[in-house]
Amino acid sequence: MCLAVPGRIISITGDEPLLRTGKVSFGGIVKEVSLAYVPEANVGDYVIVHVGFAISRLDEEEAEQVFEYLRQMDELRELEENPA
Amino acid sequence: MRFIDEYRDAKAVERFARAIARVTKKPWTLMEVCGGQTHAIVKFGVDELLPKEVTLVHGPGCPVCVTPVELIDKAIEIASRPDVIFCSFGDMLRVPGTGRDLLAVKAKGGDIRVVYSPLDALKIAHENPTKQVVFFAVGFETTAPANAMAVYQAYQRGIQNFSLLVSHVLVPPAMEAILSSPGNRVQGFLAAGHVCTVMGYTEYEPIARKYRVPIVVTGFEPLDILQGVYLCIKQLEEGRAEVENQYTRSVRREGNRAAQRLIREVFRVVPRKWRGVGEIPRSGLGLKEEYAGFDAERRFGVAGYTALEASECISGLILQGVKKPHECPAFGTRCTPEHPLGATMVSSEGACAAYYRYRKRSAVSN
Ligand code: SF4
Repeated sequence: MCLAVPGRIISITGDEPLLRTGKVSFGGIVKEVSLAYVPEANVGDYVIVHVGFAISRLDEEEAEQVFEYLRQMDELRELEENPA
Repeated sequence: MRFIDEYRDAKAVERFARAIARVTKKPWTLMEVCGGQTHAIVKFGVDELLPKEVTLVHGPGCPVCVTPVELIDKAIEIASRPDVIFCSFGDMLRVPGTGRDLLAVKAKGGDIRVVYSPLDALKIAHENPTKQVVFFAVGFETTAPANAMAVYQAYQRGIQNFSLLVSHVLVPPAMEAILSSPGNRVQGFLAAGHVCTVMGYTEYEPIARKYRVPIVVTGFEPLDILQGVYLCIKQLEEGRAEVENQYTRSVRREGNRAAQRLIREVFRVVPRKWRGVGEIPRSGLGLKEEYAGFDAERRFGVAGYTALEASECISGLILQGVKKPHECPAFGTRCTPEHPLGATMVSSEGACAAYYRYRKRSAVSN
């Protein structure tokens, strides 16, 4: 039940903050989701959705961090293994 | 799918596994707190990629699994009433109470409906003004904003025939209970990424300091979990005990302020009993006095229930990381997802169910 999954906002209705909702696509499956807790989210953004509520807007730059970290780790190791 | 597939990339997974092997010098035991992480770890075999020095134990982070028996009994009592439409997330229906489960009530004609969101239950209440509609509000901090919103809207819109049977639990007090128990073997935590998405992670900073334990806020995909393990072991090897955030694409230090505001509006911190663990002070949420009119326990007079747990089930030890599912004598024989003895066999985030689904053969023969 605790599952929370990423999806992309394809449309938004309502502008009263607590009643703002949107259609969110999860790889093609579209659901109506409350956007009350992500006032900063716009159409096209990815959000994490849990029991019908978006709880965060995914940060595109931060999303690269995992891969960036891997790259830096590998570089560091090469430096250690082949000190110039 | 975007934000999922790239974090399952096999090559990147291998690179992380090698990096973990490189930094690991001593034996370490880490706990992943969240049942969603347990599920991913067992499903993708993440634990099997780790060096033998590293043991992952599974934490208490499955709200279905820690809901105490008496709450299930209360749910059964309420759901059996002819004037009630009882709404719940699907996996609560098969959790055994003292005598039976909610599914048995439904089979005997009880109006029990599986909903996706608490707002669906509110809608049912609005459409059925002559019925009492009760929502079984279980969950951790991740689910609290949704349940808070349902109550808040019911209040605002004057929907009187709606109430919540609340069994909300909080993660940090459970982590402290584990760390301060005499049998504890957990040396580092992967904290639950979606709980922290809502709450942020400042609450964990005093815990990391007090118990000298690294806490890494971690996501749910294989790469997230591997990076979480890597960061945690690196801290342990270097003698550090800090709170770090691996899941930066979703988690900010202060969390989701708008969600926290609504949680505080509707709920207050209360002591809660955890199935298999016992009562933990300040470890749950209950409705505030202003919203007590929406409390199903009061509305239906079931507040005083107590119940005993089945003796054979060792889920309490599993939820505290002391034992693994296949060490339970009933695992896979007297206890299966079709006939669960304990809640950890019911929910897909329960450790027993995850082992049964993905590890049955190897676990049973071990
Ligand atoms: S296998 Fe069944 S009886 Fe054993 S601990 Fe898990 S849920 Fe309880």
